[in-house]
Amino acid sequence: MMERRAFLQLGLAAGGAFVVGCALGPTGSTTWRHYHRTGEFQPNAWIRILPSGAIVFTLDRVEMGQGTTTSHAMLVAEELEVDPRKLQIELAEASRVYDNRDKQIAIQITGGSTSTASSWQPLRDAGAVAREMLRAGAAARWGVPVAECVAHDGTITHARSGRSASYGELAGDAAAQDVPHVRLKEPREFRWIGTSLDRLDLRPKIDGSGIYGIDVQLPGMVTAVIARPPVPGARLASFDERAARARRGVVDVVRLGEAIAVLAVGYWEARRGADDLRATWTGGQPVDTGELHASFARLLDRPGTKVARDVGDARAIAPTIDAIYSVPYLAHATMEPQNATAVIYRSGPTDRCEVWAPTQTAGIARFRVAEAIGFDLEDVAIHTTLIGGGFGRRGLVDYAVEAARVAQRAGRPVKVVWSREDDLEHDWYRPMAVSRLRGSVRPGAITSWRHQLVCQSILADEGGDFAGALVPDATPRAARRVLSDSIPRAFARGMMLDSTAVEGSADLPYAIPNLRVEHTPVEAPVQVGFWRSVGHSHNGFVTEAFFDELAHAAGLDPVAARRALLARAPRHLAVLELAAEKAGWGSPLPPGVGRGVAVHASFKSYCAHVIEASVEGKRVRVHRVVSAVDCGRVVNPQLVVQQIESAVIFALSAALYQRITHRAGRVQETNFGSYRALRMFECPVIETHIVPSSEEPTGIGEPGVPPVAPALVNAIFAATGRRIRTLPIVEAL
Amino acid sequence: MKLNVNGRAYEVDVDDDQPLLWVLRDHLGLTGTKFGCGVAQCGACTVHVNGAARRSCVLPIGELAGASVTTIEALAMPSGEPDRSSDRVALGAHGLHAVQEAWLAENVPQCGYCQAGQIMTTVALLAANPTPDDDDIDSALSANLCRCGTYPRIRRAVHRAAEALRKK
Repeated sequence: MMERRAFLQLGLAAGGAFVVGCALGPTGSTTWRHYHRTGEFQPNAWIRILPSGAIVFTLDRVEMGQGTTTSHAMLVAEELEVDPRKLQIELAEASRVYDNRDKQIAIQITGGSTSTASSWQPLRDAGAVAREMLRAGAAARWGVPVAECVAHDGTITHARSGRSASYGELAGDAAAQDVPHVRLKEPREFRWIGTSLDRLDLRPKIDGSGIYGIDVQLPGMVTAVIARPPVPGARLASFDERAARARRGVVDVVRLGEAIAVLAVGYWEARRGADDLRATWTGGQPVDTGELHASFARLLDRPGTKVARDVGDARAIAPTIDAIYSVPYLAHATMEPQNATAVIYRSGPTDRCEVWAPTQTAGIARFRVAEAIGFDLEDVAIHTTLIGGGFGRRGLVDYAVEAARVAQRAGRPVKVVWSREDDLEHDWYRPMAVSRLRGSVRPGAITSWRHQLVCQSILADEGGDFAGALVPDATPRAARRVLSDSIPRAFARGMMLDSTAVEGSADLPYAIPNLRVEHTPVEAPVQVGFWRSVGHSHNGFVTEAFFDELAHAAGLDPVAARRALLARAPRHLAVLELAAEKAGWGSPLPPGVGRGVAVHASFKSYCAHVIEASVEGKRVRVHRVVSAVDCGRVVNPQLVVQQIESAVIFALSAALYQRITHRAGRVQETNFGSYRALRMFECPVIETHIVPSSEEPTGIGEPGVPPVAPALVNAIFAATGRRIRTLPIVEAL
Repeated sequence: MKLNVNGRAYEVDVDDDQPLLWVLRDHLGLTGTKFGCGVAQCGACTVHVNGAARRSCVLPIGELAGASVTTIEALAMPSGEPDRSSDRVALGAHGLHAVQEAWLAENVPQCGYCQAGQIMTTVALLAANPTPDDDDIDSALSANLCRCGTYPRIRRAVHRAAEALRKK
């Protein structure tokens, strides 16, 4: 077998540690055996201390910009008593030891804004165990009490005898120790946690040395471009294989069901070869977004099929306002187009497949790749790389499956690279959602609220990936398949409530006496998936925009109306008050500028935005966004601020400009010209304020997204008197 | 086809219509220049051709005979850089170009994928205009997309780099 480190040097890290069983158990025997085999002290799956003295940290939550490299190194370093900047950081390959500690997604996945919350305890434990074994090892070597051995900056010191040794020097002594029970530091003892340490992943991202998935190179590798059916469900009718093969640089053409892969010495040769195919398809689903929207809206005349919340009797009260809100399908449009690299090794006792992929979930990738090429799980290795943006798209693994299938068929290492057009036309889209909101007010009070929601179930499309990857590795292949096939059907047919559809609505925080939330799941031939903040991305918009409508109808100030109904939601209230105060809520604005507010909780965190905006013709100008966030205890405040800036800009792009439209089954927005994203000239001033907290850490990658669109439409109402109930805003103006 | 990249002469065997981006990435192994859209809309592929910022994804190699190309990998090369902007190279504390140093100081990158393009555009901007104001920055950098939302930090880093270069 090829030695992966011989050919792959990630700018950030080598291809991942070989993982011994996690030794967080009663004895250190695994650790001792590993030391004798390798000279390394590896107390657990995250830390290795090499004979050279290097301290290697294996990062198991991928880096896609959100800062896990830095925050997670800080967690380990805090207890290990080293400077996090001195850690050598590697990216973990697929292994069940790296399953997410969040029980709902107990697979190797970076998603749901869980990275800090789920690693907070295990990574500090990992650092503390290593530190205690090093202290005990030093004590044994020197014949002194452990209590007198102090760990600091990568060195154990015994002051009374004047002795000291580096962690590297103590590797063998430490490896011989039992794995101890450890006491973690009290927050007042923190040296790193809570500081704005500079990001540890900057250098490879500014000098061209970082290796993203698309940059992976293997010896003998070719690049594949795939011609895919342009319409969902279409069948391949004809293609000219000979023309493609005649193209300079093309080395192979491989059929994959209804798609065709052209393999060549480089991307350009493969792309031109794919054009040469002049492939045609027939049939398929002629989806039309307008018709689909009308069919969704018709379902709002009937009660929802699933009731997600019911308090009082919202149905019995005549509404003051009865409104339809709509949000479109959305693509993720990560800057790095989808790609993956795969190779099949046939030299060992069994064939083995190795995949390098910019994926958020090595766990699902391993399951889906093994299934697609008929391998056992243990014969598939998944290596993660730097990721050029995730936003949920990399929670799908279609690119990895393609690479493995093409590599298997072609019998050589293959990198599959998508174009931007491929990426936008074959995404798993944020679902289109149509909502009917009915609310009642009397002067000074909101008395009733009813939200009916019609949208597809994401778990009907993605649930099978999770089900198949969640079960133990020893599960027979057939049982795994039955499970991964049946779970999606249960969601599609509404036998199970997809909580991701109603999140952010069913948990409306306002104390309204009559409150009902209903969901009608629908099936449609558009594949849907997780998109930064998932159901909150649409429910945050409709609930906070409609609340604003009711507040005005009741004659209430938008902040005062929220405050009045959040008495039993103190963390919502705190971010609302902080954002309002910092924004100068109520202070005069220049003519034509309006101010809007929204507050929303998601991924166990709380976020409020106050946005100042104006409208000039068809153009919306967003001047200023003031944010307040409570995500529990903060590991690195700078990373939190960056994630809010990121969420604001990401959500403004969607709110103002973005929608995916199908006509006769074809996606109409195929590149950044028609799928617009915010650019420098229109980027507002963003001010972020963090609520100090000693609660457990919670999510930060997504919670900034949901309150952006409602704060913006509320600001536009304040500026112009126009209510916008349909996104994107520029289409509605 | 002969080509000068980062001060070195190369000969590549590709069709004349192949864009420079793919010659750099697939034939020369210089993967620091990124593919984002293929139609000059996102700026991730920005390089310098004879000192000017160009979108390499739409630049046919056949038009580059005799041209000298600089990519992110060579931005901090202390010498031998044929790029016109080389007279502005100021190696900072990390041995990097002043623009890269500013990117470090402002903690600009998140996913980092677009940053090579942002940096190459900025270097060209500062070579032409050592004292850009916010409108100048908007004009030069609005052609470079960032989906992570690093614009506020890019703006600060451009000002910081401009100041560092002026002090040189």
